[in-house]
Amino acid sequence: MNPTDFSTVLPEITLALATMAALLGVVYTGKDKLAGTLNWAIAGLFILLAFWIGVGISGERTAFDGMFNDDPFARFAKVTILLSAAAVLIISHDFMIRRGLLRFEYPILVALAVLGMMFMVSAGDLIALYMGLELQSLSLYVVASLRRDSVKSSEAGLKYFVLGSLSSGILLYGASLTYGYAGTTDFAGILSTLSHGEMPLGLMFGLVFLITGLAFKVSAVPFHMWTPDVYEGSPTPVTAFFATAPKVAAMALLARLMYDAFGAIPGQWGQVIAVLSVLSMFVGAIAAIGQRDIKRLMAYSSIAHMGFALIGLASGTVFGVEAMLIYMAIYVSMNIGTFAFILSMEKDGHAVTTIDSLNMLSKKAPLQALAMLVLMFSLAGVPPMLGFFGKFYVLQAAVNAGMTWLAVAGAVASVIGAFYYLRIVFYMYFGKEGDGIDARIGTVQWAALMGSALIMVFGIVNLFGVEGVAQMAAETLVR
Amino acid sequence: MDNLLSIITFIPAVAAGILALFLRGDDAAARNNAKWVALVATATTFLVSIFVLAGFNPADTGFQFVEEYSWILGLKYKMGVDGISVLFVMLTTFLMPITIASCWGVETRVKEYMIAFLLLETLMLGVFCALDLVLFYLFFEAGLIPMFLIIGIWGGKARIYAAFKFFLYTFLGSVLMLVAMIAMYVDAGSTDIPTLLAHNFASETLNIAGFQIVGGMQTLLFLAFFASFAVKMPMWPVHTWLPDAHVQAPTAGSVVLAAILLKMGGYGFLRFSLPMFPIGADLLSPLVLWMSAIAIVYTSLVALAQEDMKKLIAYSSVAHMGYVTMGIFAANQQGVDGAIFQMISHGFISGALFLCVGVIYDRMHTRDIDAYGGLVNRMPAYALIFMFFTMANVGLPGTSGFVGEFLTLMGIFQVNTWVAAVATSGVILSASYGLWLYRRVVFGDLIKESLKSITDMSTRERAIFAPLVAMTLLLGVYPSLVTDIIGPSVTALVTDYHAAIPVAGDAQMAKH
Repeated sequence: MNPTDFSTVLPEITLALATMAALLGVVYTGKDKLAGTLNWAIAGLFILLAFWIGVGISGERTAFDGMFNDDPFARFAKVTILLSAAAVLIISHDFMIRRGLLRFEYPILVALAVLGMMFMVSAGDLIALYMGLELQSLSLYVVASLRRDSVKSSEAGLKYFVLGSLSSGILLYGASLTYGYAGTTDFAGILSTLSHGEMPLGLMFGLVFLITGLAFKVSAVPFHMWTPDVYEGSPTPVTAFFATAPKVAAMALLARLMYDAFGAIPGQWGQVIAVLSVLSMFVGAIAAIGQRDIKRLMAYSSIAHMGFALIGLASGTVFGVEAMLIYMAIYVSMNIGTFAFILSMEKDGHAVTTIDSLNMLSKKAPLQALAMLVLMFSLAGVPPMLGFFGKFYVLQAAVNAGMTWLAVAGAVASVIGAFYYLRIVFYMYFGKEGDGIDARIGTVQWAALMGSALIMVFGIVNLFGVEGVAQMAAETLVR
Repeated sequence: MDNLLSIITFIPAVAAGILALFLRGDDAAARNNAKWVALVATATTFLVSIFVLAGFNPADTGFQFVEEYSWILGLKYKMGVDGISVLFVMLTTFLMPITIASCWGVETRVKEYMIAFLLLETLMLGVFCALDLVLFYLFFEAGLIPMFLIIGIWGGKARIYAAFKFFLYTFLGSVLMLVAMIAMYVDAGSTDIPTLLAHNFASETLNIAGFQIVGGMQTLLFLAFFASFAVKMPMWPVHTWLPDAHVQAPTAGSVVLAAILLKMGGYGFLRFSLPMFPIGADLLSPLVLWMSAIAIVYTSLVALAQEDMKKLIAYSSVAHMGYVTMGIFAANQQGVDGAIFQMISHGFISGALFLCVGVIYDRMHTRDIDAYGGLVNRMPAYALIFMFFTMANVGLPGTSGFVGEFLTLMGIFQVNTWVAAVATSGVILSASYGLWLYRRVVFGDLIKESLKSITDMSTRERAIFAPLVAMTLLLGVYPSLVTDIIGPSVTALVTDYHAAIPVAGDAQMAKH
């Protein structure tokens, strides 16, 4: 390890050290007294790191002989991950306290998971990829079963663990095949083997297994089965976390692996990803129609959204990657607001998650209902909300790459998807008078909900400049 | 005044914002304030829009009052009007104050109701002014949201079914258009409408999955746009959402829907389908013409069988829109002139007819034709106004309805005599359902107990109808008022259209 290596991974090291220090700190001061402070402190640290990475660092560097890349693409993903994780910690604070769930493990495990994600998106080697992925996954398995006394939460954790291990196994198998046929685990090495025109059949198998393993993580159909159960069973703040940061990380990792290691054969993996994308969009849209639980519904919604983001990747162009990044950024900002609202759904002091409990919310809490209306139309991709532009970008990427059929499929799926988002609006606005949820909402959640809705409306002016950054990020990935 | 169109477009939205942010409470005073704010805002919009009409130069067939700012992704915020769109802008700004005034009696969630209508006006004006493809789509689609809410919250008994049907039907049509728009962007490298109007989209025969697609890309793009506009229009056989939506919508919602929202389909045909894909349009125009003819006859027959007043008028709207599509795809001066004229005049007439239904619905809370009869005995003023608009709807000479029908029929006669013959029978059918409706509601003896104490129209109601009567008569006796403005632009459109077709025909001939 030479000094340059050290300075390149400085943000990650800072986070790792801070997490360790926090862990030691809570052990010595005794259990959960510091949990609340720690939650805020780690959220604050995330935001500081996001600023540091986003504003303070520029250029492209590698460390540890190419195992770790620091480039605009990685930084875009890291900033998105850090900010969304910080937002999730902040909006879950109030919920955790009211439910007696705020243990010190929660912020620390989230911090470790984020650390794993930061390594994932920077990975330049199959080993580094796997290490980052496992650090993330192991932390997530534990957070999923955070509510130790609840059968559902434990079940969610266990399910996630079993299926997650299976996917890790598949990924490892793919990695070993790739190593066997390419002779190296280094992304650059694999790329140079492929660009010399060699394409052993074994490598093809390796590629497919790698994609399969990662498809589990982004919950793309047909590897999505765990998603609804885990989303439903986990405590809601954890669900909010699952729906945001890990999705960005896995998507970015998939893009990095495809371009950095297999960039010489975009035609081969493009087809696989296009199929995953179409299946995800349709299964996500159709299966969500029957859901009565808003967390399950959001699970299917995230499956469908991953399908749309994959369109960008499947198109195999710079613009496609840019579209994918923008889509993910918009997706995350919509989900933060939506989950802030779901976190505040209560009836007589008990958390509820059924959709029909939203009955006539527009009478009781007009502003909240209006913000949710904006978010739902945005998730459905109806203009003029920002969600439409996310779809517009990826569909344009598909047409640009000559995959018009993929764009048509996306368009049709978005109509089917519109139905269930509309049904939430229907309960809030056209429902019958009756008992619905309380209008109470925590200040922070209220702020997150309104902020997210305002972003959806005013983001259309210039996307807050994200376009330029995403374009730069995409250009460094696709060469 | 460089930003005149933006000012007009966004006055209602600003007013909606003011209502949302500053109006508190739900007492009688707050409700009244909401209505006044909305009325003043829409009236101001109308007054400002007069400057557009006054400053408009009909002889210039290009776009006027153009504003242009760059936006994300190489898109532009670009607004402008030409002879085809300027009158739709005027129609919208003219009808909105009337619509607001007509819902003075609404008492539930008035603030939200007014906000929905104000936003809707902004979005409708945006559709007619937008000169960027994506901006157009933005306004076009976003208009669904307030209308969805208007039907769903303030509608009748089956409002939820109607709201969902309305939304999903039109949304499906439109996303296909979105894909086509993206394909156009990729092909032409721009979303600027004037640039696209000048762009020649490929028309060589394509071979997709073994199917020979004559007209190639133009045919595909035409079909994608057609899916959206035909639903919006609505054309037979995709019109079934309209009767449901109309019946369930509150009166003011029906007025806006019939008078303005339906015109977006026709406007879309004139702005995109005809000038941008002339070869595709030419190939498919026989199909569209026959669909229009069927619409006119079939929906008129369906209208005869209706028991619900609003449903009857809704079907009559579909039939009248049949004349519009027929005129547009006749693609000659009279046809297109007539189509635009018909759309403007239908805006006044159908709006007024829905208001007529609203007047008695407010009193009796039923739209069943059987529940009425003999109204002339107690409501002479109402009988007169209803008579006037029924006649206008039938197309009596001297009213604007006649001019539109006559011009479109004249246009189509030069192109396809058979379609003209079938469509003309619609004139007779519309007289039969119109007059029969009128006879059942207004004439006869006043025997129903519940009608014995019904009161005639109030001053407010009469005031609402006055401008509509005036416009219908004015356009009926002096149609040049409209045709002078639209004429040059339509001439340019028709000339370009015909210029594009034989050239491509020769090219294809040369290939074979």
